[in-house]
Amino acid sequence: MARRDDLSDAAGHASAVRAALPVTVKLSPVLCDLFPGSRREVSMVAATVAEMIDELDRLWPGMGDRIRDSRPAIRKHMNVFVDGSRASLKTPLAPGDEVYVLTAISGG
Amino acid sequence: MAKRILILIGTKKGLFVAESDGNRKNFRLRGPYCNTWPIHHAILDPATGAIHAAGGNEWFGPAVWTSHDLGATWTHSSEGLAYPEGEEPVSAVWSLAPGRDGTLYAGVQPAGLFRSTDGGRTWSHVNGLRDHPSRPHWNPGGAGLILHSLVPHPTDPDRIWVGISSAGVFGTDDGGRTWEPRNRGTRADYFPEDQRYPELGQCVHCMVLAPGTDQLLYQQNHCGMYRSDDGGRSWTSMENGLPSSFGFPAAVHPRDPQTVYLIPLNGDSAGRFMPDAKTAVWRTRDGGASWQAMRAGLPQENAYFGVLRQAMAVDRMEPAGVYFGTGSGEIYASADEGDSWSQIAAHLPTISSVETHVLDA
Repeated sequence: MARRDDLSDAAGHASAVRAALPVTVKLSPVLCDLFPGSRREVSMVAATVAEMIDELDRLWPGMGDRIRDSRPAIRKHMNVFVDGSRASLKTPLAPGDEVYVLTAISGG
Repeated sequence: MAKRILILIGTKKGLFVAESDGNRKNFRLRGPYCNTWPIHHAILDPATGAIHAAGGNEWFGPAVWTSHDLGATWTHSSEGLAYPEGEEPVSAVWSLAPGRDGTLYAGVQPAGLFRSTDGGRTWSHVNGLRDHPSRPHWNPGGAGLILHSLVPHPTDPDRIWVGISSAGVFGTDDGGRTWEPRNRGTRADYFPEDQRYPELGQCVHCMVLAPGTDQLLYQQNHCGMYRSDDGGRSWTSMENGLPSSFGFPAAVHPRDPQTVYLIPLNGDSAGRFMPDAKTAVWRTRDGGASWQAMRAGLPQENAYFGVLRQAMAVDRMEPAGVYFGTGSGEIYASADEGDSWSQIAAHLPTISSVETHVLDA
């Protein structure tokens, strides 16, 4: 399956249009537990996964660090899915997209 | 004045706190805190009264957790706990120490040192250590390339010692701008025979400063037990009289710098439990010239646990208390400087660290 970041060039052209339209972000409960007051589902304007994480960090300071490391990349044991496909930071978001931020099977 | 004793217990699945009155007989356990993240080390900063817990979660990366109410509520942060873009990210925080000027220090994996001047909310990298020309040659120990031992000088905020597995001991006298290796006299048995006392590459396991001194360091190494009377510039072996040259934690009496506690294990490739599966804390009263095994109250058969590098501590009571936590989740405590022991907690997750704090009741 093609990764959504293959479309990243297209994202640049369309980001100005998409920026005005919301996507729905669904967050893992174990992530929400770390940020009192955060919500399991949030609607926001973001043209890429990276922008979405920036917005989550603005809403709940520190949440960005929990999803994205300093390479920068999505953390090894985190999964971000955009409309059913695993995404990277560059993956573009389209109006109406559903994004899941999940914890991978990990640990012992 | 009546006292309260707090034992901060870092475990693979959260921080626990055991608390007793000054009798140190009945400890009540509470926790787990920090959302059951792996907590490698926790301290209570005497300057602020805050508990800081260092750890890392496989999903979410590193963080330092902070509580200003002795554990009732917590916040966490990793703001600034990061290397530049493109480098291998910080995976966990392994050690914490309060500096002498209101700062808080954190040692991380992969090895590096960070400093906070706002009580752990934000962090900045102490560049000098990673800029050391030896940095490309540092090799990870069995648990990774970890800065674990973090020893600020008791009065001079510009002076710090660190221990890195397995790069060795480094010291700075200028607040972290420049560092020098301080490993002279410590052995590296895993190198070729003619290279066993290198400048760098020693596998230091735990380094502590004797309270009340500013130059007397003790070190439990992968290959030997050592003392240094000159701030780490030279080390001498003190392993004669001990059952092995291998172990992890070390602790020094709060008032007698010549009284040291070690827990030797049977060897690095022999299972890493105590010799003959009989638990003993070894104590010297003369700075390592002679040793005695303290066993009263400790399991003397079928004890196959280990004790990790940060999992032994003393308290400041009179007589001093000694505590250690095991890989199998028990805490043993002595209220008489090691002469006798009792189990004060059991069935915990694997214990990574034990620290104590004495409060006025």
